[in-house]
Amino acid sequence: MVRRSRRPNVPRKIVLFALGIALILGLHVKTAWAQDPGVTATEIKIGNTAPYSGPASAYGTILKTVAAYFRKVNDEGGINGRKINFISYDDSYSPPKTYEMTRKLVEQDHVLLDFAPLGTPPNTAIWKYMNQHQVPQLFVLTGASKWGDPKGHPWTMGWQPTYYSEASVYAHYVLDHIPHAKIGILYQNDDYGKDYLAGFEDGLAAQGRRLIVNRQSYEVTDPRIDSQIVNLKNSGANVFVNITTPKFAAMAIRKVHEIGWRPVQFLNNVSASVGAVLKPAGFEASKGVMTGIFGKDPSDPMWKDDPAMKRYYAFLQRYNPAADPKDAFNAVGYSVAQTLVYVLKRSGNNLSRANIMREAANIRDLNLPLLMSGIMINTSPTDFYPIKQLQLAKFNGQRWEPFGTVYAGAINRQALVQ
Amino acid sequence: MRLGLLLVAGVGYLLPAALSSYQTFEFTQVFIYAVALLGLNILIGYNGQFSLGHGAFYAIGAYTTAIMTTRWDIPYGWAIIAAGALSLVVGFLFGLPALRFEGLYLALATFALALATPQVLKYFDTWTGGSQGIVLDKPSVPLGLPISADQYLYYLSLTVLVILLLLAHNLLRGRAGRAITAIRDNPIAAEAMGVNAALYKSLTFGVSAMYTGIAGALGALAVAFVAPDTFSAFLSINFLVGSVVGGVASISGAIFGGAFIEFVPTYAQEISRAAPWAIFGLTLIIFMYVMPTGVAGLIRRVAAALARSMASEQPAPDSQTAAAEAAEGNRGSARAVLGKPD
Repeated sequence: MVRRSRRPNVPRKIVLFALGIALILGLHVKTAWAQDPGVTATEIKIGNTAPYSGPASAYGTILKTVAAYFRKVNDEGGINGRKINFISYDDSYSPPKTYEMTRKLVEQDHVLLDFAPLGTPPNTAIWKYMNQHQVPQLFVLTGASKWGDPKGHPWTMGWQPTYYSEASVYAHYVLDHIPHAKIGILYQNDDYGKDYLAGFEDGLAAQGRRLIVNRQSYEVTDPRIDSQIVNLKNSGANVFVNITTPKFAAMAIRKVHEIGWRPVQFLNNVSASVGAVLKPAGFEASKGVMTGIFGKDPSDPMWKDDPAMKRYYAFLQRYNPAADPKDAFNAVGYSVAQTLVYVLKRSGNNLSRANIMREAANIRDLNLPLLMSGIMINTSPTDFYPIKQLQLAKFNGQRWEPFGTVYAGAINRQALVQ
Repeated sequence: MRLGLLLVAGVGYLLPAALSSYQTFEFTQVFIYAVALLGLNILIGYNGQFSLGHGAFYAIGAYTTAIMTTRWDIPYGWAIIAAGALSLVVGFLFGLPALRFEGLYLALATFALALATPQVLKYFDTWTGGSQGIVLDKPSVPLGLPISADQYLYYLSLTVLVILLLLAHNLLRGRAGRAITAIRDNPIAAEAMGVNAALYKSLTFGVSAMYTGIAGALGALAVAFVAPDTFSAFLSINFLVGSVVGGVASISGAIFGGAFIEFVPTYAQEISRAAPWAIFGLTLIIFMYVMPTGVAGLIRRVAAALARSMASEQPAPDSQTAAAEAAEGNRGSARAVLGKPD
């Protein structure tokens, strides 16, 4: 043994040399295959920022339900054997705090991606940073239309239908179903209102735009909007597009009814809450108002025997009992979490940031249990707007009643050019 | 003071070598807050005027920088100076009518300013970009220095802080400083001695606003984004918290206060995800209980106690005792300001 091993002295050097080369090559190959941060054999680390305190803290419940959903996924064995480690920081809806917390997530906690950060200003604050550092800013929870920009910002993707998309659906409906329409619009004079307005006007296209006979705006600080409603009525409009936040939406619907104006009414989804808007406006006054919805309303008794809704209620009871299951925000959290789980499962063991963005940009006809039937999530490398379709619904005096087919909303190309 | 400043500057300039880029950013924020708090300390601690609205001046500085650098392509260095100058003017003008208010009433008037700020910013949306805000470009590293953009911002903020610390030190030590503190301690006596109280109070408000405005300018550059939601009334309250925790009648207190409002909320979140603000509040109460004159006040007290014990052991040179006494006196006046909001 000893003799034999001593004899091939030179070959052993060669072997060592070869081993060394292999090691270097191996290291090289390893760096080429190197996993992005945040992933081990047993864990996927996912970051998030959301307002758990401050004026926008009502939204925080969405992310609490997201965290609960990941606990459920982990209890069921995780994703391909990996548990989700969800780190969510409070940013109080303050953009610099979002920026700071996001840097902490990326540089200190080494998360794989930033999932569902909430709010338009907070997301704007980290937009550039995420794209410079090539970390996915995936399924952001805001209705602004600027997030689907695969060319300029390939690491950022929206989720919910944008204001612009939604308004274009109303425009299409008017063109298709209301002959001799004379349209009056009331909108809140800020970015949100203007985003809706642009979507509606673009949806009508050049010749349809003539149908608009009057536009009225209000400031969010205005105490009342009575005179705007009277002006709209006097303009002879027979279609009323109501682009207002909940308090004003209730006032508008009530005033329209009081002055005996009977237009076809569209109410933006932002204010589609039965409890917060239609009830104070009066159920009688709200009859016939239309809106666009994409998710099943958990407070609607229509769904009480729906198996998907039953599973949602059971899930919340077990994993987030403090949450109010009737609050539609919790349903949003449930659905957006399912979207991410879908993408992670599809990514398999190739959990690099680039591959996750690739999978997120190649979703085909995904219908989640709490989305209206017929509403599909679709993305492509040039389409970063996962939910674009809406189901129109009419208020029947008690609840929203879906009718007609699903409409596809338009994408705001203009916003991307800027 | 000089020795302390040298120490801070020395450690500060060497620190980034040992920090990750995220920590570098955190310390940059500390320096920026320290500049803002320095302005507040001059106003509250040395002049005895209250402000719950310095977030507004922070916003003025931030938006001046954002608008100048993105719309007019003016180099950020000039934008910082312009931000300071504009805040000085606005602060001075605000100080004129505010003179009619004393103590708590002034606090309320300035609080109104803080409450109005986000809405005013949204109202002038052709300039400010509305609630979407303005995205800035981060300053690039000049002269091909071998440091990262984060480190450059760190050094920029630290340098501005050191310059403004020196400026505050010289201002408060001189004739103007004596007039400012005299107004705090006894306005009637000060006026009897020929101090133009109205002018000095407005000027102090202006200078204080200038400091906070410069901090806002740096803050906008560091985060590279401004939006109305940044400048909620909570920011102003945070400044007041930092100022009091650090030590309101001190220059060095601004740095401790900056560190407090930067780090404590983050650590509170790490201790308890469920109730971080309860932890923050508890920490605040403990700080106020243990250090009623702020961190800087505690350090002065400890230093004074050390000096006294040394003096009792061996005959100390006169100057040292005098320094200890002066420090004690300083602390006393700080307490008077805090305890007597008249």
